[in-house]
Amino acid sequence: MTGFHLAQVNIGRILAPLDSPELADFVAQLPEINALAERSPGFVWRMVDDEGEDATGARPDESDDLLLINCSVWESVEALRNFTYRTDHLRVLSRRREWFQRLAEAYQALWWIPAGHRPSIAEAMERVALVREHGPGPTAFTFRDTYPAPARSAQV
Amino acid sequence: MAEAVGISRSLAAFHLDKLVEAGLLAVSFRRLSGRTGPGAGRPAKVYRRAEGEHAVSVPPRSYDAAGRLLAEAVENAGLDRELQAAAQAAGAAHPDAAAGDLVEVLRARGYQPFWDGETLRLHNCPFRALAEEFPALICGMNLALLKGLALEQWSPTMDPCPGGCCVALSKNKDH
Repeated sequence: MTGFHLAQVNIGRILAPLDSPELADFVAQLPEINALAERSPGFVWRMVDDEGEDATGARPDESDDLLLINCSVWESVEALRNFTYRTDHLRVLSRRREWFQRLAEAYQALWWIPAGHRPSIAEAMERVALVREHGPGPTAFTFRDTYPAPARSAQV
Repeated sequence: MAEAVGISRSLAAFHLDKLVEAGLLAVSFRRLSGRTGPGAGRPAKVYRRAEGEHAVSVPPRSYDAAGRLLAEAVENAGLDRELQAAAQAAGAAHPDAAAGDLVEVLRARGYQPFWDGETLRLHNCPFRALAEEFPALICGMNLALLKGLALEQWSPTMDPCPGGCCVALSKNKDH
């Protein structure tokens, strides 16, 4: 137990509104994939909107009605990596371009938080901005370039 | 093994140790008799394929470097669906696809298939290094390729096997 957990955010712009036929397949799989995340080893928490089922009602950019956010907390990079790439989630992920635009800028960030902390949308978007501005670093990084959790003595 | 190739045990060991030196095999010691403690005998030297990848090309070729660059460009351009369409078409057009014996076809292509109950799983991912770097892109490509290769009586699905391929196949019931 390091006292730190891994927070994850990714944002994506959907190709059409959530209630459109284009997005129907994506929306239909959300409950199943969210349930899969929750029972995956190392899962800690996931962000939900006011409806409480998932975060598809949240809009990280008020001026952009098609930009969705997905944010969760895990015990380790490996736990998140296993869920993301080694479960049925991969099947949905491989269909991402059927539902989401390609974003030219960085669209995800990983960062370490004190265990028990719950990241806000604003905090998550700041971490995406950090990756966009400075590339991966200890305060915001990516799967391809990870950084270890802060040492215990460095806890504030 | 010596028996299988008709050479002496010591000559076989000599050549196996050469492969260990070259990093192609790894060695461990195990008592194959199942007995332990004093009198159980000397542990046997057991050879297995080493981790890591080895490619031999004469003259030198760097398809892996080209593959990584291409994958990066396809990923950045968001061309997942175009890649999947090309992979499925390539699988379907392959002469092996029509041959019918999918297990043999997969074996020949390096997937190392094995039966896990009713499910055909694949020990080896032929695209391992690229799949680790671009999982969504490359695993999606691989699933599409296998959909193309598999005839109608098979259903390939994404069902990652630890350390192996992300795709598993099952036979459709009505065939």
